Amino acid sequence: MKVVLQNLTKIFPSRDKKSNQEVVAVNDFSFEIPDGKLIGLLGPSGCGKSTTLYMISGLQKPTSGKIFFGDDDVTELSTENRGIGLVFQNYALYPHMTVKQNIMFPLENLKGKDKLTKAEKLERAMSAAKLVQIDELMDRKPNELSGGQQQRVAIARALVKMPRVLLLDEPLSNLDARLRLQTREEIRRIQKETGITTVFVTHDQEEAMSISDMIVVMKLGVLQQIGKPQEVYDDPVNLFVAKFLGTPPINVFNGAVKEGKLYIGDAAVLETPGVEDQEVTVGIRPEGFELEADGALECQLSNVEVMGRDVSIVTTHPASCNVTIRSIIDADCKVDVTATSVRYNLKPHKVFIFNKETEERIYF
Amino acid sequence: MVDTRKQWKAWLYLSPAIVLLLVFTVWPIFNTIRLSLMEGYNSTMAANPYVDHEFAIGLGNFKRVLEYPNFLTCLKNTVLLCVITVPISTLLALLIAVGLHSIKFLQKPLQTIFFMPYVTNSIAIGMVFAAMFNMVIGGSTRPDSVGIINNLLEALGIDYVNWTNAGSKYWANLVVMVVYIVWNALPFKILVLLGGLQGINKQYYEAARVDGTKKSRVLWKITVPLLSPMLAYVIITGFIGGFKEYSSIVGIFGDTMGPAGNPYRMDTMVGFIYRAIGKQEGTASAAALILFGIIFVVTMINLAVSKKKTHY
Repeated sequence: MKVVLQNLTKIFPSRDKKSNQEVVAVNDFSFEIPDGKLIGLLGPSGCGKSTTLYMISGLQKPTSGKIFFGDDDVTELSTENRGIGLVFQNYALYPHMTVKQNIMFPLENLKGKDKLTKAEKLERAMSAAKLVQIDELMDRKPNELSGGQQQRVAIARALVKMPRVLLLDEPLSNLDARLRLQTREEIRRIQKETGITTVFVTHDQEEAMSISDMIVVMKLGVLQQIGKPQEVYDDPVNLFVAKFLGTPPINVFNGAVKEGKLYIGDAAVLETPGVEDQEVTVGIRPEGFELEADGALECQLSNVEVMGRDVSIVTTHPASCNVTIRSIIDADCKVDVTATSVRYNLKPHKVFIFNKETEERIYF
Repeated sequence: MVDTRKQWKAWLYLSPAIVLLLVFTVWPIFNTIRLSLMEGYNSTMAANPYVDHEFAIGLGNFKRVLEYPNFLTCLKNTVLLCVITVPISTLLALLIAVGLHSIKFLQKPLQTIFFMPYVTNSIAIGMVFAAMFNMVIGGSTRPDSVGIINNLLEALGIDYVNWTNAGSKYWANLVVMVVYIVWNALPFKILVLLGGLQGINKQYYEAARVDGTKKSRVLWKITVPLLSPMLAYVIITGFIGGFKEYSSIVGIFGDTMGPAGNPYRMDTMVGFIYRAIGKQEGTASAAALILFGIIFVVTMINLAVSKKKTHY
């Protein structure tokens, strides 16, 4: 099921009647989710990603704009008629019911021609439980389960009515680091097996990048960029997206373009043909540095961290916007840890320049 | 563990409460048991300095209580009122609390209104209720005034009922008592249940909405189970309070505890005990212990049931 959001806007009225300050949670948001894909809505807290999810679910009504499931306009449709499955951040499993009762609960609401016999309900619940591998735990209560198991029950409960769209609100935020890694692969597997169009919300870029077919980066209710994770990472449209994606984060410098060359400090580090002379913000991915004895960019060495597969070199530079610059290079390269400075050459496709005021990308 | 040598300090700090409890709670309990076992004990006789009384020890007081013709009436009224009013008031309180919880407009003023009976003196409320159900009989075939409830009934085309006056029927008396006790019991129950409702995570309801759960199903399958600890509390305290019903009946019928011409028809266990005080303290003590036994057994049953049905 394809999901289309058209000029979606959500404005929350101000709480305080006197100040009359409205909050625009989601602003003129349009994009299309292709059928059967896993989409990550990504952004810092307060960027409107959860609000967008809840508008797709129907629990919140958009102030303006439209939502389509396939060709059906579902904007005015109430949540129970949309055919969605929703997994809440803290799972919202009914604590007084067993796992089996929890999973069967949505089926018991079906009426009319959709009504199922008891055997059919049990069969559907069992197959949903098998899919998420909790069929051994059917008679337990939620408080007898681990966080990861509760998560699976919540997903099974959302899947059991065979929703057209599956929505997950911060599905991994309540799990510990190891379980998170395991569960996100699990979510990917379940999504592939069922082929249900899935939207999930996260503030963790690594999580979104690792399992999504497409990521949607949001900031303050405004859509920043949509694309395959690698494309967005390699080709950010503005400084915000460049900064938000990637660990360790991108290194940001104050720089200038003069006569077709990019300068950081006094050093001309890169050819930038066709760019007008101006002050710019420069973003360099950690993997965009190459150690070179006669490299263009000289940085003061402060620390070298060996991490096995590769080496992280921490340096400083007067033009840097951050306190330190972190570069990641292959462990085979020899670094003289006693030196006071290192010299780098830059990989051109790992360097992005942005307009100083608008922070929009300047292409070269 | 506190150093043993310093424990006297702890006892010192506890002593005011302990002394009060010993004098006003522990000693009376002990004394009640003592008096109940002293055959035909009576304070007037015991206080008479010219006669030296020896009260024999035995179970005669209990026997005397059970043999009183009025005792069965008291027991029947008490049990009947309890069994009728506790379920009605609990159900009503649940519905009102859920209703109050789900509205925004007027929630605070309505809460205050529903809480009013709790802070009003029950005798005063009783007198108002008595006036509402009262009938003033004049010289003619029709009463001069029939009270606001009967006026309402007449407006609905129903013949008026003699609720509390001379010649009234037992069921009419019972209805008045049930209405009054339920109304009086509501505020506390609403308060407790409302507090419980506010503690339930809203996401359960959102999850239920996504699944298209009917409102009634949400109430019985989600709200009630999640409220079960509060419901158990409200029901158990309701039964305990119900078995001690007394002042409500005095409020409506006065201390004859029945309509004119039929005194003590609405008498209760506590009424029985109060009347025995000052005449037959031995009997009163025995009756109090019997009441204690009944409440104890009922509460144990309540707890056993709630252990199975309650989700904590």
